[in-house]
Amino acid sequence: MATIVAEPTGIPVVEEHHEMSFIRKYIFSSDHKVIGIQFLFLSLFFLLVGGLLAMLMRWQLAWPGRPMPFGGLFPETMAPDGIMLPEFYISLVTMHGTFMVFFAIMLLLVGVYANYLIPLQIGAPDMAFPRLNMLSFWTAVPAGLIALASFAVEGGAAGAGWTSYAPLSGMPEYSGVSMGQQMWIVSLVLLGLSSILGSTNYITTVINMRAPGMLWTRMPLTVWALFITAILGLLAMPVLSGGLIMLLFDQTIGTHFFLPETGGQPLLWQHLFWFFGHPEVYILILPAMGFVSEILSAGSRKPVFGYKAMVGAIVAIAFLGFIVWGHHMFQSGMNPVLGTSFMVSTMVIAVPSAIKTFNWMGTMWRGNLHFHTPMLFAIGFVMLFVIGGLSGIFMASAPFDIFIHDTYFIVAHIHYVLFGGALFAIFAAIYYWFPKMFGRMMNDRWGKIHFALTFIFFNLAFFPMHTQGLAGMMRRLYDTSGYTHTADLQGTHLLITISAFALFATGVIFAINFFGSMFRGEKAPPNPWNATSLEWQTPSPPKHGNWEQAPVVYHGPHEYSHPDVTDKDWLAQNERPDVVSPAGH
Amino acid sequence: MNWSLPENIATYGGKIDALFWVITIVTGIAFVLVEVGIIWFCVKYRRREGHRAYYTHGSKSLEVLWTAVPALALVALGVYSASVWAYIKGRDAAPSESLHIAVSAKQFEWNVTYAGADEVLGTSDDFSTRNQLHFPVNRPILVWLEAEDVLHSFFIPQLRVKQDAVPGMTIPVWFEATKTGDYQIGCAELCGLGHYRMRARVTIHEPAAYEAWVGEQIAARAASGEPTVVAASADLGNDVGDGTGQHAGHDHSAGGM
Amino acid sequence: MEAHAMPYYGGRAPEKGLAVYTQKVGMWVFLCSEVMFFTGLIGSYIILRFGASETWPQPGEILNIPVTAINTFILICSSVTMVKAFAASEMGDKRGTRLYTLATAVIGAAFLGVQIYEYSELLGHGFGPWSGLYGSTFYTMTGFHGFHVFSGVVCMTWATVKAFRGGYDNGNYQGLEVLGLYWHFVDLVWIILFTIVYLI
Repeated sequence: MATIVAEPTGIPVVEEHHEMSFIRKYIFSSDHKVIGIQFLFLSLFFLLVGGLLAMLMRWQLAWPGRPMPFGGLFPETMAPDGIMLPEFYISLVTMHGTFMVFFAIMLLLVGVYANYLIPLQIGAPDMAFPRLNMLSFWTAVPAGLIALASFAVEGGAAGAGWTSYAPLSGMPEYSGVSMGQQMWIVSLVLLGLSSILGSTNYITTVINMRAPGMLWTRMPLTVWALFITAILGLLAMPVLSGGLIMLLFDQTIGTHFFLPETGGQPLLWQHLFWFFGHPEVYILILPAMGFVSEILSAGSRKPVFGYKAMVGAIVAIAFLGFIVWGHHMFQSGMNPVLGTSFMVSTMVIAVPSAIKTFNWMGTMWRGNLHFHTPMLFAIGFVMLFVIGGLSGIFMASAPFDIFIHDTYFIVAHIHYVLFGGALFAIFAAIYYWFPKMFGRMMNDRWGKIHFALTFIFFNLAFFPMHTQGLAGMMRRLYDTSGYTHTADLQGTHLLITISAFALFATGVIFAINFFGSMFRGEKAPPNPWNATSLEWQTPSPPKHGNWEQAPVVYHGPHEYSHPDVTDKDWLAQNERPDVVSPAGH
Repeated sequence: MNWSLPENIATYGGKIDALFWVITIVTGIAFVLVEVGIIWFCVKYRRREGHRAYYTHGSKSLEVLWTAVPALALVALGVYSASVWAYIKGRDAAPSESLHIAVSAKQFEWNVTYAGADEVLGTSDDFSTRNQLHFPVNRPILVWLEAEDVLHSFFIPQLRVKQDAVPGMTIPVWFEATKTGDYQIGCAELCGLGHYRMRARVTIHEPAAYEAWVGEQIAARAASGEPTVVAASADLGNDVGDGTGQHAGHDHSAGGM
Repeated sequence: MEAHAMPYYGGRAPEKGLAVYTQKVGMWVFLCSEVMFFTGLIGSYIILRFGASETWPQPGEILNIPVTAINTFILICSSVTMVKAFAASEMGDKRGTRLYTLATAVIGAAFLGVQIYEYSELLGHGFGPWSGLYGSTFYTMTGFHGFHVFSGVVCMTWATVKAFRGGYDNGNYQGLEVLGLYWHFVDLVWIILFTIVYLI
């Protein structure tokens, strides 16, 4: 354990007392940085799994009924003779969504970066409750493994979609899946618990552990975004947990919450799910917005344009995020008057996103743009998130949603938001904070190649889905060729599948760069990007306890190109004003 | 690749398609503005040696502008959409002269019950078909939609109609076709392993041809001695009943298919 | 972290959004999550009950209100002893701390005992979670509350052991205060559940 020892001058330093055992240091560690890195490996693994499932789905859609390559590896219950069965396809649809939303994107954004960055960026030595943090990670691991193991049980993995609408999800007779569905529920209850424990920790840490001078208005936007995200998770997750447990009881002990025979209400599940689900959507994008704000600012060498508006937009999104859930249910049979009110609140929630987009452009305006890999991914994020955001307006309009609801237009939209948005920001974050995490730089040339190919193949894979949706192609279909209005869109499927394969292959470039750089990358200086926030003012990687000299904060979070600082174009948050004394901040 | 919506054959389809084009134009402007802006900034403000970024924390007037303009545009879109929404899906939206048809979805088929010659559901001349929906052109149709097991969704792309079918609820859906022809109902809500093949044929007749078809069906069922009546039960229509009193329950397990 | 927060930053204190110690903030935050959990359950109950109001049993038709009223009183008593335990610890009253932590744990366990008795009676009459919406909601809501009391009793037992070992002596009352917050919250939830499930 590191302890804090006061120097004679009164300025304390952190000293390593004695070496911890390997297990205490890397497996059951309570150091927020180790836990963040553990989450990184865990979530990248699930990103890979989710991607593989998507590749199988794409094969079936492009070549329905044709044996898959290596199809012989699958058991008879999934793909006899390598030809995918419809029930296996539905399990793939369900588990691709589940892994990507809950175990890849959410863990990457929150599990990894809330853990890693919050204490470093607010100048704290660790989280408020380090052991609770460890528990949070070790709850997420079995959650993921249970979901993964469900493929191996009788009946296969859950088959009611990632939204698991009742009664399909509540009655094994209807879905043919019993054990798999229950494992899905248990997995998400555990993940919810992990998320609630994590959120409690993040919120408490931000409220009460900021370094002296780290005022609310001096917190980097990443911390703001993660803080508000934690509040969303804290308040939304338990509602999902409650719903999941009711669904589990419906399946196992004969309750009737969502089963209509004795008065249960299928729509109640949808209300509970989306009451959680819409805040969840923002859990999956707010941290990404935070990273991008910060990386764009550092890459443009300019303060974030409209910092207060950015914070306000995050808060507004979080608040409004709790009153828009019904827009997922316009066509569900819910009272149409409710539909109207949800439509209006949904239109309003688009405004803060618009503010953020324009402020990002404002940040780039008259900047001095450095196109390193994280910056490219951050710019890519803005370009693609705009498409996802704008396509959202089509479905926010309830009457037009009549046509596109449950079509590929929705599939295109969520992938523009979650891949083009969240995942691009995650790549930006990985390239940006990798040197801090591992003490080495990722290769910038290969990073740029990775960016370019991802950008191209992402658009080729997902943009055409808009056109399929406009033709009226329904989602979650095992074979779309049986409908007259979509029969001639098989060529589009082929284009999408080939692009998706290529997109998956670009992941190999990333993986090689990631693991290669971890061991062979160029040694990273403490502050490779000349950035202002506190984590860059300590060695890469920071030691246990984070600080050689505990930081005191004097400046705002994104002070680049300050006119009073002439020797360099950035001003660290903890630089003492008597050393450099700019006016104002 | 397909760049537009499918053929529209619904009276209200024009309203939906117009909304599509309005949203496309509004979002298209925003799209071009942002994407062109970003690319332009990337070129214009790329890193140059000795150059220093312009130090600013923002501009109140600009921020107010780009908050107000999207807000106004979005609220206007919302208000515009709300009127179309009420026209199509409002609780009392269906025209009173509508022809009532009951549709019940189950894994993985669509069962349709027709009111017969008297045009009242729940009477002795009702009859059912499976995976076929027949109705006349140029007359509002009011479908009473139910599900027997799980959620399904009643979707006819060319009629711009989509409505989830929920077990335990009877949901009214109305539409009016402007053109005869053959189309398909698709299931748009994941309902199990046969979801992808849960479709039905839609035949839109000239009014006279529809009358003739109804007559044929009744005659054929009378001749074969199959029951055309489906027992009425009182448990339906209570949750979304609108007081028209024209619909009544029916039991598909007894339906003559 | 609390203990060395002051010297850590060279004499400057960390910025605090709330002027209370970190564990207490943490418990408040966690309780927000618990509020949402029970809000989800209670909200579902209200929606389901309104959807099936004609078939809903009258108060007292199935459930034994007097027994549960006594049980409610028992749980409120445990809140009183909880307050006393915290007050004793804060005032440095070692004997009082031990006595009242023990009493709280025992009274909490008594509540659970009565609840188990109630469940077994109801199940004996054939009223289980499978008995329609009423059974589903009753067992889920009271069951989850019972689980929370159980967790509380486990923690209180641990706290009692700690108290007897002198863990809350010398003004070290923070652990008891945080645990007390949870305990009172669980009591409050019960009063709401008792009202809406049993009485209305």
